[in-house]
Amino acid sequence: MKRFLAVLLAALLAVTMLAACGDNANDDPQNGGNGNEVVGNGDETPDNGEADGEDDVQGDEDVVVMSYAEYAAAELETQVVVETYVQAKQSWWENSATLYTQDQDGAYFIYNVACSEEDYAKLTEGTKIRVTGYKAEWAGEIEIIDGTFEIIEGDTFVAEPKDVTSLLGTDELIDSQNQLVSFKGMTVEPSTDADGNEVAYLYSWDGSGTEGDDLYFNVSVNGNTYSFVVESYLCDSTTEVYSAVKNLQVGDKIDMEGFLYWYEGVNPHIISVTPAAE
Amino acid sequence: MKKLFALLLAAALSLGTLSGCHGSTKIGSFSVPSELDMSRDFEITFWAKNDTNKAQTRVYENAIEKFTGLYPNITVKLRLYTDYGKIYNDVITNISTGTTPNVCITYPDHIATYITGSNTVVPLESLISDPVYGLGGSGLRFDSPSANELVPEFLKECQLGGIQYALPYMRSTEALYVNKTYVEKLGYTLPETVTWDFIWEVSDAATQKDGDGNYLINGQKVMIPFIYKSTDNMMIQSLKQLDAGYSTQTGEIKLFNETTKDILYTIAEHVKKGAFSTFKISSYPANFLNAGQCIFAVDSTAGATWMGTDAPLSDISEDKLVEFETAVLPVPQYDPENPVMISQGPSMCIFNKEDPQEVLASWLFCQFLLTDEIQIAYAKTEGYIPVTTTAHQSEEYLKYLDSCGIDGNEHYEVKIKASKLLLENTQNTFVTPVFNGSASLRDAAGQLIENVTKSIRRGETVDEEYMSELFSDVASLYRLNEGGVLASGKAELGPLPVQSVALLSCIALAWVGIIGYLVYGRIRARKRRLLENI
Repeated sequence: MKRFLAVLLAALLAVTMLAACGDNANDDPQNGGNGNEVVGNGDETPDNGEADGEDDVQGDEDVVVMSYAEYAAAELETQVVVETYVQAKQSWWENSATLYTQDQDGAYFIYNVACSEEDYAKLTEGTKIRVTGYKAEWAGEIEIIDGTFEIIEGDTFVAEPKDVTSLLGTDELIDSQNQLVSFKGMTVEPSTDADGNEVAYLYSWDGSGTEGDDLYFNVSVNGNTYSFVVESYLCDSTTEVYSAVKNLQVGDKIDMEGFLYWYEGVNPHIISVTPAAE
Repeated sequence: MKKLFALLLAAALSLGTLSGCHGSTKIGSFSVPSELDMSRDFEITFWAKNDTNKAQTRVYENAIEKFTGLYPNITVKLRLYTDYGKIYNDVITNISTGTTPNVCITYPDHIATYITGSNTVVPLESLISDPVYGLGGSGLRFDSPSANELVPEFLKECQLGGIQYALPYMRSTEALYVNKTYVEKLGYTLPETVTWDFIWEVSDAATQKDGDGNYLINGQKVMIPFIYKSTDNMMIQSLKQLDAGYSTQTGEIKLFNETTKDILYTIAEHVKKGAFSTFKISSYPANFLNAGQCIFAVDSTAGATWMGTDAPLSDISEDKLVEFETAVLPVPQYDPENPVMISQGPSMCIFNKEDPQEVLASWLFCQFLLTDEIQIAYAKTEGYIPVTTTAHQSEEYLKYLDSCGIDGNEHYEVKIKASKLLLENTQNTFVTPVFNGSASLRDAAGQLIENVTKSIRRGETVDEEYMSELFSDVASLYRLNEGGVLASGKAELGPLPVQSVALLSCIALAWVGIIGYLVYGRIRARKRRLLENI
């Protein structure tokens, strides 16, 4: 009996310690620590008051899903409903997610869509989702904001990068906004760091950042220079592309892939950098 | 032997239970050591905020280099942020794991949350007044300002419940950056202080278009006459100017009132005309201002280097820049004779650690950031002002202010005018009450404006029914209850996590086992005695 009790107590001890030392990585940090105060930045739920999750999605018979052409033609600030496929996830915080999505016809940047952490984990590359939100523009970037989504099982789609190198500097480039694109044979141009030195990349746009911040670098083709970025929420300092950019030298010829993001002009979020194919 | 074994198990169980709480290990309150142990090495972490400005990064790095030159046994690791909210979120996360930084740039609103933990943030009174290591102390290796050389208003802003939990680092306010050229082109004369009526009137006038849809004022397809960067400040300052409710000192919520509604109705009216938008909805005010697509841009004085045709910092390409004269004025006022504006800017707090020597090392670094050299160098990077009177009165700083406009970088006219705006209005500044939840209330104030603006842009009706729903939704989102007092955390924290349930269940089961064992032992002993008696 005593031996049994000892074993039982030991087992309980082990379970206790396991429970106590469990993975806290998924804990909501806002409820962590002192636990008395939760402060959001207003993104916990959509601003229009719509609740998260599938409960709010209307029945299929009521939903008018737009084609990409209809979405592109829609006025800003109007409600849109699209079905699209997740290509990459940028971030999740306080029950909202930011996603790069695309269908066979065009791409949709989904900013701060209401999303539980559990649902965020389900959003793997190619997952089909139906998004209901508002079309908006921020610094030239067309996006869907204040949205909700549901996952549509079955169908998947992963976009192939579209080579837009020849479109750089043209008015047509914006037609591919947010799509997975590639740039071929571009040359790394110098940036000027905080000390006035010429370097191949900068932490943050002006060199004011540190390891882990966005990486900015200049690349040129046909005599024109463009600023590209490794967005640290999308590709953090542990990723291959982050390391690849840190290893760039001025004058290197490179191929790149990324999402054709816009900020006061084209500002691609680069996800891959490789030496230019001969 | 068996008893010993059982005792050992019970002891082990207790240890297990205690170790389960490792993430919330409590640290004792801090006492100032009599002497800094120079035989030991210390590494302190400093989480700092910059305004995406490499000049500020350089100031931090230089400060660290000079400090470690004075104290070679103290290493300072810098981690840079560009967003106060991100620092706040990271601190909250790291409080739970006991991995807070040593020194952190922060807002007092945020400290109010940090200090709900036990001894998380070091109260600074004993450090400030320490004769050796305190402000102006005899044992310092640098010239530190004395306590009475800190601007008293700024020092007081860092008190929570009468306790000094932080020191000011820099101060700024908001400024109204105006395209004076366009104001005059519209037939108006810019007053020294702009009223809300004036700004709405001119903004409405600027929305006129020609037959092709181009705005008459700039000939472009885009014109947002009035853009506000921080809508929480917009609401807070408006309410203050109108002497209307926001919150009490003790945390009673007064935001949801009739004056707030009137302000929102006015905003709605002008959004409908296309005269107003916000940073969150459209983008940085500076980008529109410099492209000739905005006439009135309200942003921090710490954003002055981005404002104007010749701004040293810019996010837009040169071909989009438009030539205009930039005026730097106080934020719009309801009573221009009695201007009121917010005081803001970074403060510094020190997180408590097990080792008081480490805290003392942190304090020394914190104090070093108040020396004239660092204060003046950082203030020059933007439209900040130093927080010490010694820096204000220094020859170097006065010369800097007098050199306004002599070049387009260090002496950029708009930036120095922004600094002067605050220096001339320090007595007209205010701060909002700080309490646990004041950061949420601030967010809620801005959210009201953001929501109304979005709703109008989306063609929704903003009426009494809308306002009622808006107040309810925002109060719910930010956990501000109907009675006006912040809801207690308990109801809002949701169910206990599975791990916590398992932990508590195991502890309960363990106690049941221990008690059961003791009862069982007693019964057996009694039986044995009975048998022996028989």
